[in-house]
Amino acid sequence: MSFKIYKVNEEFRDIVPQEVIDLEERATWGNPKRGVMDLPVSKELLEEHSLCAGCPESAAIRYILASLPNPEDTIIVNSTGCTSLVFPHISLHTVHSLFGNQNSVASGIKRVLEWRFPDKVKDVVVLAGDGATVDIGLDYTLQSFFRQEKITTICFDNEVYANTGGQESGLTPKGHVFKMAPKGKQFEKVPMWQLAIDSGCHYVARLTVSSPKKVERVIKEAIYVAREVGPTYIHLYTPCILEIGLNSDDGLDEMRARDKERFAFFEYKTPEAEEVIAKYKAEGLL
Amino acid sequence: MKVENKVEKNWAGQRIVSPDYLLFEAPREKHFMTGSEAVKEAVKRASVDASVSYPITPQSEAAHLIGELWAEGYVGVYFRGENEFGVMSEVAGAAMAGGRVITTTSGPGTLRAFENFPMWSGTRIPVQLVLMARGVNSPLSIQPDNLEVDFLLDTGCMIWYAENVQELFDMIIAGFAVAEQPDVHVPIITAVDGFFVSHTREAIYLPPDDIALPPYNPYKSPMPVIDAEIPPGRFLRDPFVMKSNYISYATHASWQWEVRAAIERSRPYAKHYLRGLTEEFGNKDSDIVFVACGTAASQAKEAVRMLEETEGIQAKVVKLKTIRPFPYEELIEATKNAKYIFIPEFNVVGWLEREVRKALYKKSNAEIIGTPRVAGGMTMPKEIIVKEVLEYIK
Repeated sequence: MSFKIYKVNEEFRDIVPQEVIDLEERATWGNPKRGVMDLPVSKELLEEHSLCAGCPESAAIRYILASLPNPEDTIIVNSTGCTSLVFPHISLHTVHSLFGNQNSVASGIKRVLEWRFPDKVKDVVVLAGDGATVDIGLDYTLQSFFRQEKITTICFDNEVYANTGGQESGLTPKGHVFKMAPKGKQFEKVPMWQLAIDSGCHYVARLTVSSPKKVERVIKEAIYVAREVGPTYIHLYTPCILEIGLNSDDGLDEMRARDKERFAFFEYKTPEAEEVIAKYKAEGLL
Repeated sequence: MKVENKVEKNWAGQRIVSPDYLLFEAPREKHFMTGSEAVKEAVKRASVDASVSYPITPQSEAAHLIGELWAEGYVGVYFRGENEFGVMSEVAGAAMAGGRVITTTSGPGTLRAFENFPMWSGTRIPVQLVLMARGVNSPLSIQPDNLEVDFLLDTGCMIWYAENVQELFDMIIAGFAVAEQPDVHVPIITAVDGFFVSHTREAIYLPPDDIALPPYNPYKSPMPVIDAEIPPGRFLRDPFVMKSNYISYATHASWQWEVRAAIERSRPYAKHYLRGLTEEFGNKDSDIVFVACGTAASQAKEAVRMLEETEGIQAKVVKLKTIRPFPYEELIEATKNAKYIFIPEFNVVGWLEREVRKALYKKSNAEIIGTPRVAGGMTMPKEIIVKEVLEYIK
């Protein structure tokens, strides 16, 4: 178990920031049953965050980090965008290298970790926005699925390039007016969840983050399936309240409204994935 | 007390030896092979953890042969990536996770991958890229031409230039030894001229293949390896690029200077493992000097012989083995008696001429002549070099 790396050196304990001591004493390490219900009572793996007040993406990241079954041996790979403002605040090993290459970097990391640590479980999870996953990085996302890389890819779909000031993305619904689409988007929202299925993912889910418990289940299933079978993909609606003109307390209502339409819960599992999920359920881990 | 001499072996069952033993002391046998085959022989003796490949002429064969080594159990991880941008990111991930990594590319592949090279150096990963230089489109060309090296000069990667098959073999092994020094730890690009070296069969002396470099130790890296076995780097939580304040700008600037300083710190190691950053051929005191790298140096050597034999004119070649770091001191010393400095090159812009002019500015009174220069796959016969020289000095 690598969580020993979060043990504070006794000689430095008096000068180490409280947040680091909290990581050792109050974070949930070595417990695959950890989940979103621990959020109010344990130290989170996210130290504050630098997103806008009320941003649903910040909630999504908190739920995901609380749900990782194996945080002490989980590598997070990010990309450029709003998510890249958050990765510095994650207390795990994280990588940001370029915009769009996240699934390539994750493939290299996962393969070498399997080679260096054949007897250890090391989960690799990609967290990236819709621009990174579906526009600039689509090739690398899909190619990692084709190659059956054992990684979990999570897309935060806010249907816009938010960090650069609100430009249309491939995941913007047709007709929406954003910058670079002043007459409204001319083509349909890319059905990324369907592309993931067609490209070989063994577990695919599409949902909003309105229900933390549902997010937890989906994250755990995706990570367990990636660990044992192959690529998994989770598509989360995390609206940019700023760019669609909502107030900071409107995010949850926006997601609940979309739960009933274009982000209605959708899930796909291959028979191999079903088997893995049944096994973990029998072990009481799901 | 009985001392047991335990023989350490790598995963392929090869005996682990020091880089010095492998490069300088191990007995060598003569073989006859292409540059691509020499890449295989070097990788076979380098305890390489991972390689990712992509087809592009003229480097494809070298990449296939690394794949064969994977199939034979010498290389840990190997696959074909989706394109060079993906490949260079995949090898970056492989290196971040603690692997010794090598890949190969050429011309347009280098340009497609380009965003990755400054990322490699900024991430301080000692990835090795064997660059088999070829023309850059458009119009389409697959012929030898080293314009792409010009584009790579300021990426923060070390750049070495091998003249022939033998030097390519030795440089790949030395490249790992130097790039992985904790106080260097930046990527290394070992360049050769495509076809002229990759596809030409030459005599080469190789140490036995049952010995290999010690495996890479990622825990000597100046940056935390991304394997969740050591605490994550504090810098990961306070990345300077994410804050808009003077300290973040200053940190970013010093980071870039530090990458260049790391290349400078490679000099003593490179001098040792390459037996000097430059090499001279011909009459040391001659005032006609060719400064060249790669196969342009081979052609210049032929021209030196021809000038001597047909014209009775003495000349010499100063071959640059490293371009980054640039061998300033060696070049100034080697050209102190020069009246004419010719720089033969296989590219249209004359990047080596620019480098030499910069290095010798106010340090030499010699006339610096950026010819002959050929490009797009043209060859550089010794006769045209001799003709250029005779026209200038008459």
